[in-house]
Amino acid sequence: MELIKLTIDNRTVEVEKGTTVYHAAKKLDITIPTLCYMNLKDLNIEHKPGGCRICVVEVEGRRNLAPACATECMEGMVVKTHSVRVLNARRTVLELIISDHPFDCLVCAKSGKCDLQDMAVKLGVRDIPFKGEKSTYKPDFSPSIIRDMDKCIMCRRCETMCNDFQTVGVLSGIHRGFEAVVAPAFERDLDHSECTYCGQCVAVCPTAALTEVDHTNQLINDLSNPDKTVVVQTAPAVRAALGEEFGMEPGTLVTGKMVAALRQLGFHFVFDTDFAADLTIMEEGTELLERLTKHLNGDKDVKLPILTSCCPGWVNFFEYYYPDMMDIPSTARSPQQMFGAIAKTYFAEKQKINRKDMVVVSIMPCVAKKYECTREEFATDGSPDVDYSISTRELANLIKQANIDFNTLPDEDFDKPLGESTGAAVIFANTGGVIEAAARTAYEIHTGKTLDKVDFEALRGFEAIRSATVDFNGVDIKIGIAHGLGNARKLLDDVKAGKSEFHAIEIMACPGGCIGGGGQPLHHGDSSILKARAKAIYEEDKGKKLRKSHENPDIIKLYEEFLGKPGSDLAHKLLHTHYFSRKDKQVLLD
Amino acid sequence: MTSIKLKLKESEVQKLKEVAQSFNNEAGELINVLHKAQEIFGYLPAEVQEVVAEELNIPVAKVYGVVTFYSFFTMLPRGRYPISICTGTACYVRGAEKILDEFKRILKVPVGETTPDGKFSITCLRCVGACGLAPLVTIGDKTYGRVTTDGVKDILKEYENED
Repeated sequence: MELIKLTIDNRTVEVEKGTTVYHAAKKLDITIPTLCYMNLKDLNIEHKPGGCRICVVEVEGRRNLAPACATECMEGMVVKTHSVRVLNARRTVLELIISDHPFDCLVCAKSGKCDLQDMAVKLGVRDIPFKGEKSTYKPDFSPSIIRDMDKCIMCRRCETMCNDFQTVGVLSGIHRGFEAVVAPAFERDLDHSECTYCGQCVAVCPTAALTEVDHTNQLINDLSNPDKTVVVQTAPAVRAALGEEFGMEPGTLVTGKMVAALRQLGFHFVFDTDFAADLTIMEEGTELLERLTKHLNGDKDVKLPILTSCCPGWVNFFEYYYPDMMDIPSTARSPQQMFGAIAKTYFAEKQKINRKDMVVVSIMPCVAKKYECTREEFATDGSPDVDYSISTRELANLIKQANIDFNTLPDEDFDKPLGESTGAAVIFANTGGVIEAAARTAYEIHTGKTLDKVDFEALRGFEAIRSATVDFNGVDIKIGIAHGLGNARKLLDDVKAGKSEFHAIEIMACPGGCIGGGGQPLHHGDSSILKARAKAIYEEDKGKKLRKSHENPDIIKLYEEFLGKPGSDLAHKLLHTHYFSRKDKQVLLD
Repeated sequence: MTSIKLKLKESEVQKLKEVAQSFNNEAGELINVLHKAQEIFGYLPAEVQEVVAEELNIPVAKVYGVVTFYSFFTMLPRGRYPISICTGTACYVRGAEKILDEFKRILKVPVGETTPDGKFSITCLRCVGACGLAPLVTIGDKTYGRVTTDGVKDILKEYENED
């Protein structure tokens, strides 16, 4: 390891060869402002296109200013990060960027959370001297994501997430000069591209060029309609992140406050997607055991590994890229959809509520869930099981709009029966959580024994691809886990090539699983926030009285009173699904 | 929404696949493969770009990004006699714009497009390195130097009896 000495703002610093000026400055606690740079170090993603030119610094002996994020340190280098020349250049660059940006901050979806706005404040921009042409692109509305490219500053972070991390490859920089923009191939809209709606582009966009479809106004209308019974379900990952929107430390659990806020907002029943996650384990776990038993008994036709199917981004991904392998994923619907199906049948009948008078809303860390709600197979006579989904961010905005002081709310409990859940359901939020929950139940059902220790530590962690072997009473069950679709692709290619040794594979589209979902509070490139959320989720699991899905009393009751047993005909009708090749959906020319 | 999908000639697609193979199907050879593809098909419609993406195992959005970045690549069919007017610095200062306007006036098509009979198309190019001949025009493989506005109609006359 070769060390290099350089001077930054009259202070000496020693760094490893290959370090950029940006990181060397960071060592001295100097944070050079940037717009395009992004470093998600826990995910091994460093995006440094040197495109925005906000991070320029003065290097003694060089004629031009240098972008700190893309300039390597040299021995004896003398760098100035805030000379008058630097500050003037930085402001001019920002003014030029803003000169081709709409001035609608007051009504912009990103206002208050926009990196460009923050930078304008930081650099004291008061006037834009450059008057000229402005970009006018047609906005692109998909079921989950809105693209408003007039607001794009060409940082190209979305491209890195879509191509390098997710390997979906929808977004690319196209054209050149003033016409340059990030778009799908042939400027198709997202709905006609291979987009999975994972929302990682939305999660990293510094402006409002990429935002989620906003359902809050629809929700306000439904809540104020006296003829409607509005039922809400909250995904496990929401409770570990919502607090961040109210100034709490990342990793603060706000389950009780969230329930209280939802009740104050006027929801008639505040339920938990965790209930449906327990239900998912009953159905998916049964399917896993069935396939596994057949396999162990020597059945050569049985399809293994079984793949989890909770994540709608992941489902979209395999429907597009692996249409010939659609018999491998579990047929179990996602918890969101299981919840909707049960709420509008079992629960509606119990409460004597007409299906058409019930509105089921989900609070999700995800934007792909919005698309999932609209899938035709999840509707009865045109009435969707889940009417619509709002993101963690949208919920936070609504709570603020309603003038509810979130931080001082008392802790309240979910309503029954669809609010009861176990620790196994809570951990669905984390990468590895679904398969751990499945292992807890499958182990006990398969072996007839009680687990000594419910924590399967081997399945936890943040590494991109993990594998573990779980001992099912003498039988080794091999489990694979991937988060991020690029990592999923590696496991899938092995399966396709017949090289996979796994019995079961869990896949989540987003980094860290749902806690890093596209609908969560923005992490602004700080991946330690994701780790804090994951930790909180495991704490919530630990604190639960019941930690195995099959012990959830209201799930047991649901089977006794309504469904019969896991995998029954009714369970199949309401809780399972089938997949479609999305390759055919693509339309070449509009 | 209707889907108009161009049917590519199987023999030409096969040729393109062979080209990709000759470059070991390497993603880094995208520009070279696109050059050859444009030679084969005359232009680069979406369907050709999809074949290239598939062969080099890269997202089609990336291919489209490169095709739209370089002005040499075109997604519109070119004429049987593609006219290129050099608008590089030397040609420009010696009146390339007037030459270009004259071609546009006579053929009644804008830059980047093809006459309805498919005979001529007009594009601009940047410096072919023959600045001594400025202003310069190429039609297919043929080069015309020191072109004047009056000379444009004489050049086009040469192609009058060609189809």
